[in-house]
Amino acid sequence: MNSTLLLNIARFLLLLAAQILIFNEMDFYGYINPYPYILFILLYPVNGNKFGLLLASFFLGIVMDMFCDSGGVHAAACVVLAYVRPTFFKFSFGVSYEYQTVRINDKLTPERFSFLLISVLTHHIILFSLEIFKFSFILNILLRTLLSSVFTLILCIVTIYIFKPSSKR
Amino acid sequence: MQQIVNFIFKNSNKLLFLLLLGISLVLTIQSHSYHRSKVVTSANFISGGVYEQIHSAQEYLNLRTQNEQLAKENAILKKMLYNAKDSTAIVVKDSLKGYKGMNTIIAKVIKNSYNVKENYLTLNAGAKAGIKPDMGVVNSLGIVGIVEHTSNNYATVISILNIKSEINARIKKSNHFGTLRWDGKNTGFVQLIDVPRLANVRKGDTIVTGNESVTFPPNVNIGVIDKVYTDKETNYFTLNIRLFNDMTNLGHVYVIENYERKEIEAIEAKTEAENE
Repeated sequence: MNSTLLLNIARFLLLLAAQILIFNEMDFYGYINPYPYILFILLYPVNGNKFGLLLASFFLGIVMDMFCDSGGVHAAACVVLAYVRPTFFKFSFGVSYEYQTVRINDKLTPERFSFLLISVLTHHIILFSLEIFKFSFILNILLRTLLSSVFTLILCIVTIYIFKPSSKR
Repeated sequence: MQQIVNFIFKNSNKLLFLLLLGISLVLTIQSHSYHRSKVVTSANFISGGVYEQIHSAQEYLNLRTQNEQLAKENAILKKMLYNAKDSTAIVVKDSLKGYKGMNTIIAKVIKNSYNVKENYLTLNAGAKAGIKPDMGVVNSLGIVGIVEHTSNNYATVISILNIKSEINARIKKSNHFGTLRWDGKNTGFVQLIDVPRLANVRKGDTIVTGNESVTFPPNVNIGVIDKVYTDKETNYFTLNIRLFNDMTNLGHVYVIENYERKEIEAIEAKTEAENE
């Protein structure tokens, strides 16, 4: 239990640092900004404390907002993602997901891919609609959501593969 | 009472979610609504310090362009100096028009943003260096933005590439003025709206800052007219302006302090109050 807590704290800090130092500098054609820091929310233990997840996601988002000067958009998107995460688990892994040991950071299966996809899309659409906050830019919002989601998804999968726990061999 | 406690225990997750969502939505809406309403900004020692470290590493990558820019600016200043009527004469204060006191504070952009609709920059100088909110920020090529928040050592600037930014600007040739806005589409172009139809505008004309601004000194370069079209709703001209500045590559900037700002604003506020 203690080691999972430490692992999550390390993940929180590392993903945040990577996002600010590397991924925020990425900007292709002004449309594609990947946000793989949400991996923290996705990789949080399935049966972990939901209260803790909500609070941690909020702080993750608010720190991002501080660095991006964006008000509270990251915080809102992260909190929503953290709240709907169990629903997405149910959608992707079936109703009895809590009794199976669902592991996200493992080999990519259709279930895991669908979970990542739906989570990234949800987060990005909330993020970009709140960030732009104008109905006249609706096409822009959709385009940015789509393109950035593809990139975030690729980066998430690559990150999972790189840091795959070696104990299960 | 028991039931209320039970209810809170049962729905604690939902309640916490709603509370946190509420806080973040309030912060979001506040940041979108009006100037200097943001609570969480990057002008603090944590994010400012991190950005300063990142910047000190990245600085070396564009030293060449920064040097060229400075050399060009020096050349222009030297030209002005050598072509003055008498370069050794002391500049006399114009006692008739009054002396307009302007001070420039040097700062470096440690975080630049241009890929969202509301872009902010972070500078490595703050209240300790004398920077206050609402001061203008320029560099050798043209205007950059207006200071929004300051902390002791850092300041955030609302970039001209921000759909909330509104700056008074005029056409250099004809003195007709309008409002400088950004439509959120291209980082190389801004729009000058509400220019009267009487104005004689042509592609290639220079746009500079207006005379009545207390934020910027008059006649600071902004850009050249790239396209002229008529706004169908208001029947005024809208001009598409190509910026002199490359907003995606900013180094040293000057923050402009107007010593007479308080006096001008006080007297304007007084006049407005009396006329109501």
